[in-house]
Amino acid sequence: MSLEIRTYKRRKLVNLLASAAALSCVVVALIPLASILVEVIVKGYGALSWGFISNPIIPGGGIGNAILGTLQLAFYASLIGLPVGILTGIYVSEFGDNGFGRTIRFFNDVFANFPSIVIGLLAYSLFITYFGFSILLGAIALAMIMIPVVANTTEEALRMVPNSLREASLALGVPRWKTVLKVMITNGKSGMVTGALLAIARITGETAPILVTARYSYYWALSPSDPTASLPVAIWFNALDQSATAQQQAWGAALVLIILVLSFNIVVRLLTRRNRFNNNNRMVKKSWLRKSKQSA
Amino acid sequence: MAQKIETERLNAYFNSVHAVKDVGLGIPENKITAIIGPSGCGKSTLIRCFNRMHEVVRGARVTGKVLLDGKNIYDADMDPVLVRTKVGMVFQKPNPFPTMSIYDNVAAGLRLNGVKDWDRLDKTVEKSLRLAALWDEVKHQLDASGVSISGGQQQRLCIARALAVEPEALLLDEPCSALDPIATAKIEDLLFDLKNSYTIVIVTHNMQQAARIADYTAFMYMGELIEFGVTKTIFEAPDKELTEKYITGRFG
Repeated sequence: MSLEIRTYKRRKLVNLLASAAALSCVVVALIPLASILVEVIVKGYGALSWGFISNPIIPGGGIGNAILGTLQLAFYASLIGLPVGILTGIYVSEFGDNGFGRTIRFFNDVFANFPSIVIGLLAYSLFITYFGFSILLGAIALAMIMIPVVANTTEEALRMVPNSLREASLALGVPRWKTVLKVMITNGKSGMVTGALLAIARITGETAPILVTARYSYYWALSPSDPTASLPVAIWFNALDQSATAQQQAWGAALVLIILVLSFNIVVRLLTRRNRFNNNNRMVKKSWLRKSKQSA
Repeated sequence: MAQKIETERLNAYFNSVHAVKDVGLGIPENKITAIIGPSGCGKSTLIRCFNRMHEVVRGARVTGKVLLDGKNIYDADMDPVLVRTKVGMVFQKPNPFPTMSIYDNVAAGLRLNGVKDWDRLDKTVEKSLRLAALWDEVKHQLDASGVSISGGQQQRLCIARALAVEPEALLLDEPCSALDPIATAKIEDLLFDLKNSYTIVIVTHNMQQAARIADYTAFMYMGELIEFGVTKTIFEAPDKELTEKYITGRFG
């Protein structure tokens, strides 16, 4: 047997072993994920009913006000956090090539990994006198968690856009701000959307900062200045209670939270997939197309 | 003979690297001028100074003058954005906007500068694509993505895109280095046709290309302009020994 054949066989074996090792690691990583999902579905399924998701905790024994509270918190937090985060990311990536930009980037990195309870307490101590325990105070805390995350992912997404496109646009005599708006953002959009999505998904699951800001409530929140229940906090309170009903409620709320985040993810994925280059994107007038076909 | 672009004591730097040294050069109007020289000699940097694209890079700096029709484009009251609409540029690697259709790519310069008149856009797109000798190949697929066509077609699309803003001069930075000989020949023919109405400066590694298409040739070495003159003279009877060595392939 020649040397070439022997080394070839060895290489093939090594390749096989490495592939098998990689695959088994994937399986190991998936087992806890899948078992959580299965456990939540099995235990939470029994709790699901129309009454469960449409009634507030009092009266009715549902989690309707917690679902609405989570949606409201995510909505108001995104209203503050997404624009600030995205604009910060754009600034750092496109205009932040200076000391100020580098400082912002440094603080983004620090705050993106800050313990969320600390941010919750910070929001509490800064704004409690203005807003009281309320959806707004909770949204401010969640927005503070979102901003550095969104800024970092936006910056990353814009850095992925090839520099040659930026130069192409500038060389056409397009001003810098318009180049950023029409070329950089258009080409980095899907990364930016993914980053925003991850940030929203993350805050939807936050518990500790909400506990010290939006608190908890058994009733429908009638305005953004009311405290509210939210799914993570509802899970927490119910899980602490040893009664069978409360345990069932906790699993049910967990299932609803997972469904909420998952369906949100799927919807946004579908929307952004359609936004890649396709015929919606063309700005060619119909008459032009007809004209060019006739002249053919 | 009229000089379209003239440089006076032009120096360009990247941080501490002195890339272009004291270059004084006159680019004749409505002619093709080739800039040749070994890699890293400052050719690309030099032409990037002609439309103020050099300063886009971090740490880049320019001293001296670049006169466009006698006016220094580095004067404080000159807007680099306006300079770039007068002096267009085509890059080494074809870089159409991938999210835009062929039509939108050509129209990009006008649309991004606020032109909304569809008739004018239609006319400009057709005219520019015809000038770039691409019209017949893409007229049925104007709504296809700008990156769905071949590399040679993409490069002509980039030329059409640059022509659409109606510049007076066109800078090409090794436009054919990523293309096969057939696509290269098409671009050379195209440049030959364009020189009646445009001042063209082309940076090239390919000396045959310079000899084929350029009226004038400049030879650069280590950031300095060694020799500039009529192409025939540069290739057949250069003044400087260095030029002759490079032309005959004894270094570089």
